Amino acid sequence: MNDSRNLIEQESVLEQKHEETVTGSVVSHEDVPVFRTKDLSVFYGDFRAVRDVNVYIKAREITAFIGPSGCGKSTVLRCFDRMNDLIPTARVEGTVEYHGVNLYDREVDAVEVRRRVGMVFQKPNPFPKSIYDNLAFGPRLNGIKKKADLDVIVESSLKRAALWDEVKDRLKASAMGLSGGQQQRLCIARCIAVEPDVILMDEPCSALDPIATARIEDLMQEIKRDFTIIIVTHNMQQAARVSDQTAFFTTEVNPESDRRTGVLVEFDKTQKMFSNPSDSRTEAYVTGRFG
Amino acid sequence: MALSTPAKFGASSAANLTARITGGKRDVKGRVVEWILLTTLGITLLVLVALVVNLLDRAWPVLNGRFGDFLSSGLDASNADEAGVWQAIRGTLTLAIIVVVVSFPLGISCAVYLEEYASRSRLARLIRINVRNLAGVPSIVYGILGLTIFVKFAGGITGGRTVIAGGLTLSVLVLPVVVITASEALRAVPRSIREGAMGVGATQWETVRSHVLPSAAPGILTGTMLALSRAAGEAAPLLLVGGITGLLRTGNLGLWEQITEGGFTSMPVAIFSYARQTGADFQAVTAAASLILLVLVVVINGLAIWLRNRFERNW
Repeated sequence: MNDSRNLIEQESVLEQKHEETVTGSVVSHEDVPVFRTKDLSVFYGDFRAVRDVNVYIKAREITAFIGPSGCGKSTVLRCFDRMNDLIPTARVEGTVEYHGVNLYDREVDAVEVRRRVGMVFQKPNPFPKSIYDNLAFGPRLNGIKKKADLDVIVESSLKRAALWDEVKDRLKASAMGLSGGQQQRLCIARCIAVEPDVILMDEPCSALDPIATARIEDLMQEIKRDFTIIIVTHNMQQAARVSDQTAFFTTEVNPESDRRTGVLVEFDKTQKMFSNPSDSRTEAYVTGRFG
Repeated sequence: MALSTPAKFGASSAANLTARITGGKRDVKGRVVEWILLTTLGITLLVLVALVVNLLDRAWPVLNGRFGDFLSSGLDASNADEAGVWQAIRGTLTLAIIVVVVSFPLGISCAVYLEEYASRSRLARLIRINVRNLAGVPSIVYGILGLTIFVKFAGGITGGRTVIAGGLTLSVLVLPVVVITASEALRAVPRSIREGAMGVGATQWETVRSHVLPSAAPGILTGTMLALSRAAGEAAPLLLVGGITGLLRTGNLGLWEQITEGGFTSMPVAIFSYARQTGADFQAVTAAASLILLVLVVVINGLAIWLRNRFERNW
């Protein structure tokens, strides 16, 4: 109980800060990172999947995580909403600070974190229910019961996810009947419906065709005004197109066990990462000579 | 990069090619396997059909002569003309209701705990293996268990050799089956559904209640109904906990007293008691009772299929 109250207090402080930015002082949100990791390492059992990650995520920006398969970018992403908790053997070292609170503090309630940090997965995973119920699920968890209120949230979320026009006549139809791209936008809408602070996207376009991908990318630019977004992507062009800052991960072979551990190579403004990276490995990767 | 094969098919050998790709060997092995498989299917179906036909044939005197009377008469293993299945049908239905009320909620809850909450610990894995072993324990052993616990030890509550003791024994008997089938149905729910729910901030219980259980419901239902039809067909444990085989007198007991104090019987127990008697007339009675049990079980299974289809559509 106590911990959730702490978080709420934390958030109300945040909201004040947010208001400052809205009312004019542009400085504050630039300076306060939404997330900051310090020497973050994630283990699956004895195996260290990724080590020593230090990143800071700014509010209302899009941060892209790129790198070859197995470099731990999804693993790091899943630390930000404690989704790794669902994997029995996963263990975290170092800290992940969310607005200054260490997410892995014993007092922190993962459920409360996930209500503020939404997630969109690689494979669209709508619930096998109606489109309406998919969107209303989150708000209902937050205690919104009245149908009129839910109707408003459903409509506005779908509009913000650029899906309203396509589904407004069949809100009661099963979400499984939508196309892949529509399903993914539905998942984004579902995320938006609970008014999160951050949206995490784990390769959201890898199962989609280029047209659906383009729509999602446009959508990201739209919703970035309201949400902080972190996206994991295999697609370097996508990272270059959509993101403000980019983190490049790679793998290094662990000499003792011969297993690969992910490591953060470089983290900077996207423009710099793709035009003038400091690390030669980044350059090799973004120019396509490696990976 | 030597592509050797096309060289073999020159323009001159177009006919040769035609011959090769049209006149080649048939897949003889495949054909033989297909036929063998079809034959096994045929044998299985034949046995079933023979069974039913044989039952119908033997039961004909009863079905044709005094079917209504047979359905409404009580258990009487001394006089084939008076013998009936009314008490047995009622007993089986009562047992089924007790099994549904006791073992389904208990078993499904156990499965939810094992799959959704306890999946991390080694102890849970050990328990899961042992539940599997329990499902393989012969039913007569459960009969002994029921006799010891529900009839003797808890006789004050169950009323001794009553339908309640019988129902509880059958509940314990099918409990492992219910746990296993429900576990499997829960495990078949994709992780992405759980992640989706958790991703918008659902607690574990909210995730289970709103998404995991509804998604698993068809599978759980099918499994539990099959467990129920197993319970409906058990005779051995009921004989131990007091299923009546000879003559069941209901006397003046009301419905509730009948359940809490009176003796009981069930379809398999009635079949057993009729089958022990000699004479063609009792053979007919036995066959007719078997047919009715068969119909009862088919109805339960049909209900399971109907419910499953209903749930699957009901998104």
